[in-house]
Amino acid sequence: MHELSLTQNLMEIAAEHARRASATAIRSITLEVGALSGALPEALEFAFDVCRTGTLAAQATLIIRRVAGRGRCAACAADAEVTQLTAVCPACGALAFELVAGRELRLLELEID
Amino acid sequence: MCISCGCTASGAESHQHHHDGAHDSTARILRVETELLAKNDRLAAGNRVLFGNAGLFVLNLVSSPGSGKTTLLERTLAEIGSRLRFAVLEGDQQSSRDADRIAASGVPVRQINTGAGCHLDAHMVGHGVAAFALEQIDILMIENVGNLVCPAGFDLGEDHKVVLLSVTEGDDKPLKYPQMFRAASLMLINKTDLLPYVDFDLERCRTFARQINPRIEILEISCRSGMGLQAWYTWLAAGLRKKQEA
Repeated sequence: MHELSLTQNLMEIAAEHARRASATAIRSITLEVGALSGALPEALEFAFDVCRTGTLAAQATLIIRRVAGRGRCAACAADAEVTQLTAVCPACGALAFELVAGRELRLLELEID
Repeated sequence: MCISCGCTASGAESHQHHHDGAHDSTARILRVETELLAKNDRLAAGNRVLFGNAGLFVLNLVSSPGSGKTTLLERTLAEIGSRLRFAVLEGDQQSSRDADRIAASGVPVRQINTGAGCHLDAHMVGHGVAAFALEQIDILMIENVGNLVCPAGFDLGEDHKVVLLSVTEGDDKPLKYPQMFRAASLMLINKTDLLPYVDFDLERCRTFARQINPRIEILEISCRSGMGLQAWYTWLAAGLRKKQEA
């Protein structure tokens, strides 16, 4: 549900950067969304369709780069991909699994005219 | 215009400017590399400085609707409100029912209605506390909108998120809503007076919570019977002391 406010933030950041670059239109917006970020790409796409009306991004394509969840165990040094938010090491079971990727929610770049 | 957050209360658009000449029709790439929550994080950092300067200990209370956040506040204010100076921000989509309940205790309170919004954000809180004399407060309690999902990502400038979970909700909630239990410093397991009537396994719940967040502190309480509340008050006082010594 908070994807709507995330998308509103996205549109503000995009508009600000586009304006500073004197853009006449935004062709595409590239986002990085981690699998463990708590934001659903599908919901972001839906919210984007609602939010872009009447903006420089009205005709823009939303490109979402998904980042897999990944972590490292401080106990056994295992490096593993995870699909769920957890502190349990999938290799040794210790409560020492630190996420190193997968929580991203970042506007990477804009393609502008 | 609001000076601290830059919102345009007047509606005046001062940013518009015009450019002469034709634009290059070739598309350009602009590297932005900005977190979507950057603005909220910036405002939250501003709130944190404001609270820190006032020596204020600030908690963001989060839970599902109906876990007992408002009852916890009522009981806390009734029992230690004369020893410590509290203020309360109440977040709900609609109505001032919670603020009315808190106001009965005589503690300064403000209701924030989020309308369609599913969480409080740092901007709302920054404006919400404007009515309080912060230097006359020890502990600010921010009761977030009842929602175990969305408030997890929105920093308000608090010292800690405190998550409430009542035993009628099921002991596996930490696994089902991991973002919130990961973001919280303290989990209060509430309504323990009902344990004889529900299939809630305390040990399982603690284990699940630590699987998500090994550092989480856990207290069991009943806002109805009062069981465990002394430990909560001790936790509050210790947190306040630590904040004021910082």
